[in-house]
Amino acid sequence: MNKKVLMQGNKVIAEAAIRAGCRFYAGYPITPQNEIPEYMAENLRKIEGGTFIQSESEIAAIHMVIGASAAGARAMTSSSSPGISLKQEGISSMAACELPGVIVNMMRGGPGLGNIRPSQGDYFQATRGGGHGDYRTIVLAPATAQELADLTMEAFDLADKYRGPVIMLADGMMGQMMEPVVFRTPRPRNYHDDFIMKGAEEGKSKIIRGLILDPLDMEEHNWKLDRKYKLISQTETRHELYKADDADIIIVAYGTAARIAKGAIKRLQDSGLKVGLFRPITLWPFPERELRELAERVEDFLVFEMSTGQMLEDVRLALQGYAKISFHGRPGGIVPTPAELANVIVRHCDERCKDI
Amino acid sequence: MKKVFEKPKSLKGNIFHYCPGCGHSIAHRLVGEVIDELEIRGKVIGVPPAGCAVLAYNYFDIDMIEAQHGRGPATATGIKRVLPDRVVFSYQGDGDLAAIGIAETFHAANRGENITIIFINNAVYGMTGGQMAPTTTLGQKTTTSPPGRDTVLDGYPVKVCELLSGLGGTTYIERCTVNSPANVMKTKKAIKKAFQYQIEGRGFSLVEILSPCPTNWKMTPIESCHWIDESMSKVFPLGVFKDEVSAEVKP
Amino acid sequence: MMIKSIFSGFGGQGVLMMGYVFAHGAMSKGYQVTYLPAYGAEVRGGTANCTVAVADEEIASPIASEPDYVVALNTPSLYTFQNRIAAEGTLFLNSSIINIRPTRQGINVVEIPCGEMAEKIGNPRVSNTVMMGAFIKKTGLFSPDIYMKSLEVVMGGKKKSVMEINRVAFMAGYDFLNI
Repeated sequence: MNKKVLMQGNKVIAEAAIRAGCRFYAGYPITPQNEIPEYMAENLRKIEGGTFIQSESEIAAIHMVIGASAAGARAMTSSSSPGISLKQEGISSMAACELPGVIVNMMRGGPGLGNIRPSQGDYFQATRGGGHGDYRTIVLAPATAQELADLTMEAFDLADKYRGPVIMLADGMMGQMMEPVVFRTPRPRNYHDDFIMKGAEEGKSKIIRGLILDPLDMEEHNWKLDRKYKLISQTETRHELYKADDADIIIVAYGTAARIAKGAIKRLQDSGLKVGLFRPITLWPFPERELRELAERVEDFLVFEMSTGQMLEDVRLALQGYAKISFHGRPGGIVPTPAELANVIVRHCDERCKDI
Repeated sequence: MKKVFEKPKSLKGNIFHYCPGCGHSIAHRLVGEVIDELEIRGKVIGVPPAGCAVLAYNYFDIDMIEAQHGRGPATATGIKRVLPDRVVFSYQGDGDLAAIGIAETFHAANRGENITIIFINNAVYGMTGGQMAPTTTLGQKTTTSPPGRDTVLDGYPVKVCELLSGLGGTTYIERCTVNSPANVMKTKKAIKKAFQYQIEGRGFSLVEILSPCPTNWKMTPIESCHWIDESMSKVFPLGVFKDEVSAEVKP
Repeated sequence: MMIKSIFSGFGGQGVLMMGYVFAHGAMSKGYQVTYLPAYGAEVRGGTANCTVAVADEEIASPIASEPDYVVALNTPSLYTFQNRIAAEGTLFLNSSIINIRPTRQGINVVEIPCGEMAEKIGNPRVSNTVMMGAFIKKTGLFSPDIYMKSLEVVMGGKKKSVMEINRVAFMAGYDFLNI
């Protein structure tokens, strides 16, 4: 039985990655995720075959990850919002070249340099590919330290399974907070040797590339990737329901916002309001079928994000006009309290009663 | 009959798409010959750039992974750190290496990554149609420096060998050219030495090759070769800039 | 049960350590727990603080909008947090260096001269441990044994003498309060 330890979120990610077999990490310091490279510097280098590089830039880091991934290592980089913007060139390239890798984004306030407070402003960037071209990335949104551990391990498995970049999308609060964690034993790696570039030996030489000059061939490659994304959409959605069984109103929130929402729902326990939570764990693929099913019996949805409303668009797409959708957001690095959100929910319900 | 010339085994035999008189074809062949002679075809991994040589993997019969523009040294770093016993090289042009990828080049060199860079300097952006490169010489006309490169407006040509040889992490830095048979032979020797140093674990090596680009220089191939002698090599003097034979061998 | 506490003071007074050890102790006692430090530029040279939530159920939010307990080791902390304390909540203050008293009504105030007590024990750096002795006694969440064990885990391979002086400091704070 693995031991329960009290550990800071950023370190949980790093430790889980090492346990999952990550043997290459490159990154550049940026608050609020500095404990990830620090932990890797301290611990990954002690492991046989483990490489930590403090790269000259975020851009260099992701391209080092590309090289390491092509050479067969489980590889990871991490950053926070502005740094993730810099990595997009490489993430697009990984999607094109079908190279696995894990990219951690501990989001902070933006746009621009913004601030270093927790935020959820990078939802669009993460779920819409982020870089140029026709591609998607799996996006995992943990809400507890335990999930940081479990989903980090899962991120490596998914990256291998679908041969592409996987984004871990959390925020400064998740990264800085300590919570008890039990590290599960990771699954053994399942990645075909044929995908690894290690020199042609006596055989045929290999090419890894995203440059496909013939538009017909490029189209074929795009459709091939698209078939993969469709398969992921059908099979890899994850979500959590909380007090949703007899709810009249459903809060839709992920990550830190979902924690706050749970707190608000608890506060409203004795208010007579029946409030539940739908928490997407995969942001892409967004669990739209599951949310749509809820709309068969609930008609009031309140989206809550630490942004001006980004996941809101996916909720609209999922519900397709079948339910009423409202929004409450706090962008810019504000972490609202459960008390604030509870007030918002009460006010929302009052107004709804007026409508009726 | 004695065979005096043959295609290197580590080249595929596809006909080069490069313009007549372009230095890339020669540089490709030289790298291929060195790979053959060192018998490393099975364990070499090449990283071609964005630029004219973007399709290098169509010609080399070795494992190759494309790098995004300028990121070759970072990608090569990732490969080499995971597979330290393979021979890893990036092949880069002047825009790729000295403009958009100068940070990756500088820091791979400074870390002393045990990789080799083959640097093709032809003083223009070839593939995109002859725009000014970081290595365009003063007064040289390009499509983005139409009156000629002007120090006030465009700055100075970047001297990569001079820059990198000052870094502690570099082991072997040489500038050559391929404008004459003698210089071609010298270039091959330099490439071979660079690969040998890598195999011996000595650290970062770079061979800069002043390479003719008749198309964008708007010259005949012969004129291009002369221009390298008369002008370009005055700005970028040939020679060995660093050769630390005694450089510590990494385990 | 859900108890939220904020520990606050100058950087270097050991406030993050207090919260960390408290959280660790609560975890080993079997509680759910979260520990959230203030981070980044705001803690460079200024006031550091951390929030610890302890509960017997899942902790939704690690943030304390109305903390049940606030431990203030310096005057700025008192100003910052006195109005956020929950009604009937408790403020622990380091009376050795805090000369003012809270203007806030409707809360309990526990004054611990932890600086002076630590000096008497022989090391001013253990004043945070003195305070934690009083804090653990008042909150009654777990025993001194658990706290000391967690302190040992958190401090890692520190010398026996360091542990011993911390134990003395902790008990001094613990015994200071008559409950």
